[in-house]
Amino acid sequence: MLRVLQTLFGLLAVAFLMLPILAILPLAFTSSVFLTYPIPSWSLRWFEELATADAWRMSIVNSLIVGAGATVLSTLLGTLAALGLRGRVLPLAGVFRTLFLLPMVVPAVVLGVGMQIFLARLGLGSSYTGVILAHTVLCVPFVVVSVSASLQGIDPTVERAAMSLGAPPATVFRLVTLPLALPGVVSGAVFAFATSLDEVVITLFVAGPNQRTLARQMFSSIRENISPTVAAAALLLIVGTLCLAGLAALLRRRDKRLIAASAP
Amino acid sequence: MSRATAGERSRAFLLVAPLLLFLAVFFLWPLGAMVTAAVSDEAVSTVMPRTAEAMADWDGAGLPPQPVQRALVEDLRAADDQQALGEAVRRLNSAVSGFRTLLTRTAGAARDAADPGAVSLPAVDPRWEQPRFWLALKAAVPRYTDRNLLAAVDLRRDADGAIVNADPEAAANRVIMARTFLVAATVTLACAAIGLPYAMLAAAATGWVRAALLMAVLLPLWTSLLVRTAAWFILLQNEGLINGALQAIGLIEEPLPLIFNRLGVVIAMTHVLLPFMVLPIYSVLLSVPRNLMPAAASMGAGPLRAFWHVLLPLSLPGLLSGSLLVFMVAIGYYITPALVGGAGDQMISSVIAFYATGTANWGMAGALGLILLTVTTLLYLVYGRLSRSPQLPGA
Repeated sequence: MLRVLQTLFGLLAVAFLMLPILAILPLAFTSSVFLTYPIPSWSLRWFEELATADAWRMSIVNSLIVGAGATVLSTLLGTLAALGLRGRVLPLAGVFRTLFLLPMVVPAVVLGVGMQIFLARLGLGSSYTGVILAHTVLCVPFVVVSVSASLQGIDPTVERAAMSLGAPPATVFRLVTLPLALPGVVSGAVFAFATSLDEVVITLFVAGPNQRTLARQMFSSIRENISPTVAAAALLLIVGTLCLAGLAALLRRRDKRLIAASAP
Repeated sequence: MSRATAGERSRAFLLVAPLLLFLAVFFLWPLGAMVTAAVSDEAVSTVMPRTAEAMADWDGAGLPPQPVQRALVEDLRAADDQQALGEAVRRLNSAVSGFRTLLTRTAGAARDAADPGAVSLPAVDPRWEQPRFWLALKAAVPRYTDRNLLAAVDLRRDADGAIVNADPEAAANRVIMARTFLVAATVTLACAAIGLPYAMLAAAATGWVRAALLMAVLLPLWTSLLVRTAAWFILLQNEGLINGALQAIGLIEEPLPLIFNRLGVVIAMTHVLLPFMVLPIYSVLLSVPRNLMPAAASMGAGPLRAFWHVLLPLSLPGLLSGSLLVFMVAIGYYITPALVGGAGDQMISSVIAFYATGTANWGMAGALGLILLTVTTLLYLVYGRLSRSPQLPGA
């Protein structure tokens, strides 16, 4: 009896978690203008709309521009900071780490209001620079976490061995530390890009009509006039995120193997 | 570990410095700008600096002395920025109606007068003999104000400066805050009700079952929040899959109202936040020895008794930090209530967004934002105390 109840609960819970995501995907291929089942016939017209309608095409390009900018900036800043936090050399390292993770905690709307006031004062309101800077703030914690985890896995004896063989610190860093930390850096960058891709609230506050990102465009499309284009965009995002998550998982596995290989 | 040398320390600091600087400028400063916007009130003081200075010497009893009246006349004579003057007039008129005509007439008289010292304000307009106009002016000249912070919790200062409840028709914020906490608490309970047994099931399972159960939690976590909200929009709508299925099997005649109401918001938010509940409980349960439940059973405890006395107490730390996390994230939610909720389901974030992007009322947006920020920070501090690493799961 208990077994049956457990199985039933498990199935229902998995259905609750998975069904929404599975339900939206086929609607991307509907020929109807409504987002309803049953699907009358299959068509790619909504992907065509995504690729040709100005608002959607521009939003995809914007998402790529902003995502690339925020990823590069946050990966650079986050990796440097993670290297600095390594090994408890720094006094107050705990305080710094908490500060670096804080953007994950502050409610997006609060940060959005502050950003809007601040960027407008700098003259960066409704500009690509402003949106990229705002997204970078949100992406940085993911890079710090990911690179820190990767650095923690490096066996210090490997670096000491390199040093004992006469390599100067810069060479040790370039030839030993960096290659070992690289998977963490790349998966941090992947997380950063995915975060930027999905960000709506801050974009709502700091972006002008010319910086509408894909997520922002989806938001207003759902709000004002929902069409299967949203499902097509959702499919694009899901496939994109899954590819990125797969890449990150692959790198983590390689990371573990490298660490295992580097262990004595 | 050997003690770090000064060189190592400064090298580490140089590595951390760029991010520190970046976050100080683009994270802490904007938050500071928001707080400043909440407490500053510069519309009147920028136009009337002399009046502001002279007002400091007046205790607010009766009518202000001659220097204050003279300073006001001089300020109005010197005011050449029409937009700033308009802002100041609007601010004063919202405090006491009638200020608009009063100031327009007085400004005209002040400009036309040959000698500003000879202008008698009561002669220009008899309303200057009423203390309430002067008191409103005195209340409006300081650069900093608690007006927005009080208004954020439906309070205001009366003419004597005492704090009183705001007029009922202007008071909506307490209701919205109570609603925010209610929705967040409901979502937290729903997440706990599903998440606790789910995590136990996943921790007890082995092999592909455990992998599948974990995948079902992680996959939504990796999926875009917007995609998940759009998916619920599609499922819950009147022509959606749920209503369609229920109608097809003949359970209901008319579609159930599932969207643009509280039920829809709770369902969608529970789905979005469930992983934040499952993962902390699961990680706590993983450290529980697997033979405890069989041990309890071998000593004669039934499954329920063993659950109640063994498994549940052991999973409490995970349940607690999961609940805090879900509640903390839920009170700041904006997108899901905005898309699947109705007008009566909007939470504090929607009101902040309305003030900021709808009416450009930075003072109120900042004041409500400060409240939300304070509550979230307190919850985060408690969360950080409870779970050893301050890091969020899934990150």
